[in-house]
Amino acid sequence: MSDKEPLFSSRNLKLLRDPMGANNPITVQVLGICSALAVTVKLKPSIVMALSVIAVTAFSNVIISLIRNYIPPRIRIIVQLTVIAAMVILVDQILKAFAYDVSKQLSVFVGLIITNCIIMGRLEAFAMGNRPWPSFLDGIGNGAGYGVILIIVAFFRELLGSGTVYGYPIVEKLGIENFGYVNNGLMILPPMALITVGIIIWIQRGRNEELIDVS
Amino acid sequence: MKSFSNTYIFIFSTVMVIIVAALLSVVAMSLGPRQDMNIKTETMQNILTSVRVESTAKNAEELFNKYITDSYVINPGMQKIENEVALEVDLKKEVSKIEKINKLEQSVQERKVSPFKSFMAGFINFKEINKKEVQDQIAKLKSERKLPVYVCQKENDTYYVMPLRGKGLWGPIWGFIALESDMNTVYGAVFDHKSETPGLGAEIKEWRFQKEFQGKKIFDDDNAFHSVDVVKGGTDAANLHGVDAISGGTITSKGVESMLYDCLISYNTFFEQNRD
Repeated sequence: MSDKEPLFSSRNLKLLRDPMGANNPITVQVLGICSALAVTVKLKPSIVMALSVIAVTAFSNVIISLIRNYIPPRIRIIVQLTVIAAMVILVDQILKAFAYDVSKQLSVFVGLIITNCIIMGRLEAFAMGNRPWPSFLDGIGNGAGYGVILIIVAFFRELLGSGTVYGYPIVEKLGIENFGYVNNGLMILPPMALITVGIIIWIQRGRNEELIDVS
Repeated sequence: MKSFSNTYIFIFSTVMVIIVAALLSVVAMSLGPRQDMNIKTETMQNILTSVRVESTAKNAEELFNKYITDSYVINPGMQKIENEVALEVDLKKEVSKIEKINKLEQSVQERKVSPFKSFMAGFINFKEINKKEVQDQIAKLKSERKLPVYVCQKENDTYYVMPLRGKGLWGPIWGFIALESDMNTVYGAVFDHKSETPGLGAEIKEWRFQKEFQGKKIFDDDNAFHSVDVVKGGTDAANLHGVDAISGGTITSKGVESMLYDCLISYNTFFEQNRD
């Protein structure tokens, strides 16, 4: 990698794009499922959660990448965890100060970003061996890949489960309820998040044959 | 891969931990005031909910000043404590005082009823618990209690709001209870929790649990203090002293019950003197 490589070279852009599609952390690598089930009842907390994860992956990637040559390999996992934990506490404190109601809804799940395997996976697999800028893009890409799925799932769960989109009562305004339409309470429960993720995986693999597992 | 000496590893981890700790403390210190503001606003919103006033984070303070006309801190002997602000009373400390009192009272009672110990005392010298000393301690702790009261004026009616705090299954639970001016009928109650199980204990936060408290009585027919029970297995809606517990949330339900009892009984003198 030369120093003259442009900031948004095709290789760097690929780092951003891949996790959104063919290498998505949730639908392809099946990581971070737990939080995807928990926070996707409403759109607003999911968006905040997505932004938090993007911030944490991006900045912990950069920090680890900056100090990657000084980290003793024997304690690298502990170092990674410390960095992640520090970033997550930062995010948590900021949410508590500036978005108190959302932070109450997300409750423990902000803290549980620490255990989100996507982040540690990216640190170990990418940031430990790459320069800060590509690591930053990789972090943004993976965080966004996670966030996109979260938002898609939350959109359907909120629309079908509560009849609202970002708190706006769309079903009521459209007047579909007059024809006997009832919100599906099951959509609010965690199992339906898993099924929605499953449908997304199905559609994605149906369109991209490379992802089909032949074995 | 480079190899690092043990000394390097020690220095590296020490420096890293110190940097991280310093960074986090700076952030926590600088964001602290804002977070406290948010918590205070939430408390105001909870108080308003208990007297059935809807509020948002934005207009909470304005509505609070409008409806909550007076707030003061009293001690169990009914005297107002000067220089104390009701919103700033540390309820955590009050709970630990209640716990200490209960424990001491139990130890005094145990001395009375343990036949084994009284039998054995003939042979072994137990360290005598000085009953008078313990009772003095209890009395001292009781006199140190701080009891906040919020007075709400709404549509020509007066309501009294008392804060509650107790133990749930995983962490603290707290809330507010509003009484009508007869100091007996519950006008509204609101509960919140730190980390109860979602779907089970956490349901105490839901309206459908809280609305059951409306109209219940805390004094029984003989005018003795009774509090409101949270009954496992359900109770009749006509039961004036009980509400349905939450299935699967027994420990949290029991926590709400003992929280109500422990917190409200301290106000007993206050209630009795203000009853009609």
